[in-house]
Amino acid sequence: MPWSQVAYSYDGTFNGFLTCVYESYVNKERPACFSAPGDVQLSLYPERAVETDAAHARRVLVSLPKKLSADGLHLVTHGFLTCLPEKEKHLYDFIALGYEQGPSVVRSLTDDRVAVLVKAATHLKGEVHLLRGFIRFSEQEGVLIAEIEPKNRVLPILRSHFCARYSGERFLIYDRTHKEALFYQPSPKQWAIVPLEEFHPAAPGQEERDYRALWRRFYDTIAIEGRYNPKCRMTHMPKRYWHLMTEFNGDVPADVGPDGPARSQKELST
Amino acid sequence: MELMDKLTILADAAKYDAACTSSGLDRTSRPGGLGSTIMAGCCHSFSADGRCVTLLKVLMTNRCVYDCQYCVNRRSNDVPRAAFTPRELCELTIGFYRRNYIEGLFLSSAVWGSPDRTTELMTETLRLLRREYNFWGYIHAKAIPGADPLLTHRLGLFADRLSVNIELPSEQSLKLLAPDKGKQSILAPMGQIRDGIRTSRQELALYKHAPRFAPAGQSTQMIVGATPESDLHILRLTESLYQKYQLKRVFYSAYMPVSDSKLLPARRDFKPPLLREHRLYQADWLLRYYKFEARELLDEQNPNFNPLVDPKCSWALNHLERFPVEVNTADYETLLRVPGIGVRSAQRILSARRCGALDFSGLRKLGVVLKRAQYFLTCSGRMVEGLRVREDGIIRHLVAQERPMLAQEAPEQLCLFENTG
Repeated sequence: MPWSQVAYSYDGTFNGFLTCVYESYVNKERPACFSAPGDVQLSLYPERAVETDAAHARRVLVSLPKKLSADGLHLVTHGFLTCLPEKEKHLYDFIALGYEQGPSVVRSLTDDRVAVLVKAATHLKGEVHLLRGFIRFSEQEGVLIAEIEPKNRVLPILRSHFCARYSGERFLIYDRTHKEALFYQPSPKQWAIVPLEEFHPAAPGQEERDYRALWRRFYDTIAIEGRYNPKCRMTHMPKRYWHLMTEFNGDVPADVGPDGPARSQKELST
Repeated sequence: MELMDKLTILADAAKYDAACTSSGLDRTSRPGGLGSTIMAGCCHSFSADGRCVTLLKVLMTNRCVYDCQYCVNRRSNDVPRAAFTPRELCELTIGFYRRNYIEGLFLSSAVWGSPDRTTELMTETLRLLRREYNFWGYIHAKAIPGADPLLTHRLGLFADRLSVNIELPSEQSLKLLAPDKGKQSILAPMGQIRDGIRTSRQELALYKHAPRFAPAGQSTQMIVGATPESDLHILRLTESLYQKYQLKRVFYSAYMPVSDSKLLPARRDFKPPLLREHRLYQADWLLRYYKFEARELLDEQNPNFNPLVDPKCSWALNHLERFPVEVNTADYETLLRVPGIGVRSAQRILSARRCGALDFSGLRKLGVVLKRAQYFLTCSGRMVEGLRVREDGIIRHLVAQERPMLAQEAPEQLCLFENTG
C-alpha cells in the first residue's frame, strides 16, 4: 500500500524535525512539505501538526550514525542550519534514502538528493569560515559585542571557535538575519543561544573609537598602491560582509545601507 | 611620537613582505589566556590589492644599519624613522586581537644597531605577549640574519613560525644588491631553525611539556623581477628549499620599484611582474600538493613559464600522449595531473565512483569544473559529446579561457596564435 502524503507543521526546532521523521515512519506517511511557525505556505495536502517529543526525536537521532554513518549524521545536523529552501523536505529525502541504502549514501554524490544537501552544507561551511575572520567586535564596558548578517544559521557552529578563542572574555554575537544571539561568560563558564527580537548596541566609547581608527589606518596603509586589485579583493571578501566591518565604516551608525561602505571609503580618501 | 604615526610608518615599511599566513598549527588557549590558532589559518580582511590581512604586520623599527638597494628601509633612503616599544606593540596586538581584527602578530624588523640587539628587542616583545598578557594567538617572527644562534633560538621558543628571507634568488644578485648580507648568513639561520624544529619535535614525543620551538614551521620569501634569474632557476631553488630545509612555504614578491639605484630596473614605467609571480605561485602549489617536480615543469629550452596558460595546462599540452584519462579507473596521482582538477575534485571523484560509474553530468554534480578538464577526460571511454578538437584547437580554447582571469595584464606574447594556426 502506498504511503499517504501529508504536510507536517512543526515548531521549527531540530528535535521537532526529528519527531516528524519518527511520525512519518510510525504512521506510514510521506511528508510532501514541512512548515515551521513564520512560514507562509499553503499546501494542498492534508496538514498535520506534529508535537515535538524528545524521546521520539532521540530515537531518530540515535539511528542516524548507525544507519547513515557519522558523516551522514554530520550532514543532517549541518543541513538543518543551512538556508536551503525547503531544507526539511531535502533532509527527509536524504534520511529516507540513507535508511534504504546504508552508510554509502554519503558517497553517492551524484544522486540529486545527496548533492543538493552537500552543496548547501558546503555553502554553510564557507560562510562560517569567512565569518570567523570577518566578525568585528566592539568593547562596551568590558563586554565584546558583534553583529552579523549571515545567510545560514552559523551561530551554533561559530560558537566553539569563539568560546575557545575568547575563553576569558564576556561576549555576545547577534545574528540579525535569524534574530538570535550567542552569549558567553567565563566564570562560571556558560554559553547560550537565545532568540532576541531586537538589538541596539550603545555608541562606542573613546578607547573603542581609538582602536577603530588605528585599525582603519593599518588597513589603508598595508595595501600596495602598485598592486591595486579591487576585483581580487571582492572575490575573497564579498561585498555583503563589508557594511559590518570596521575598516569600511567611519564612525557612522553601524546600520548603513548596502551602498554605505563605498561612500564611507571615499570620504576617508578625500 | 603618536602611536598612530608609528603604526603608519612601521606598517608601511612592512607591507612589502608577502607572507601573511596564520596556518600550520591547531592550539586552544591556556586557562585564563587569550587566543587560539587554527590549522588552516584565518583571513580577517583583504586589502585593496587583494592580499589577505591576517596578522598585524609591522616592523619593530625601520631604523637600519644596512644599505640593501632593493629595500625601502635602506640606510640611505630618506624616510621618517620610528620604533615601537615592546609594551606599545603588546597593547596594540591585544587591542586588535580582542576585536577580532587579526589572528596574531607578524613581527619583523630592520637591523637597529646590531642583529643581536634587534633580536633581543623582538624577543622581549614576544616574551611580554606570551608570559604577561597570556596571549596564545599566532605569532610569526622574522629571524635576523647574523644574530647569535642562541638569541634566534629564544625567539623561536615564543614564536609559532619563524622565517628568514632569502631576498634574492642567487648569490651574484645578493652580492650586487645586498652587500652586507651573504648567502651564508641567510642559510645558516635557516639550517639552525630546521634543526631546532626537528629537535623540538623529538623532545615533544618524549616529554609532553618540552618547550615548543617554532611549532608552525618556517617559511621564506624572495623578490622576483629585480634581478635576471629565470623561472627555472627560481623553481629549482624553491624545490631544494622544500627538500633541504623542510620549509612550509616559499613566498614570492613581485619587485616594486622603491629605489633609483642603477643596479635595479628603472623606476619609470616599471610594471611589477605580477603575472610572473602568479605563475610561480601556481607552480609552487604543483610542487607541494600535486606531486610535480621542478624539472617536469620547466627545462633549459623553456626556462620561463608560458604567460598564456597556467603551468599545469602547459605541462599537459606537452604530454598529450598521457591523455585522455579515464575518470572511473585513473588513480589519484593521475587525476591530480588533469588541468582543471584539483585536490578537492580528485578526492570527490575517488569517493563518488565507489558508488557507481561516473558520467559527465555526474562530474558536474560533484562540482568538478569541466571547462578545462573536458579536453583531457573520458567517462567510460567516451569524451564529452560533440567535442571534436585537434591539438592546436585545445591550446586556443585553453588560452581563451585563461584570459579573462588575467584582467590585470595584457598577455605579452600573442604570437603563439601564429605559431599554431
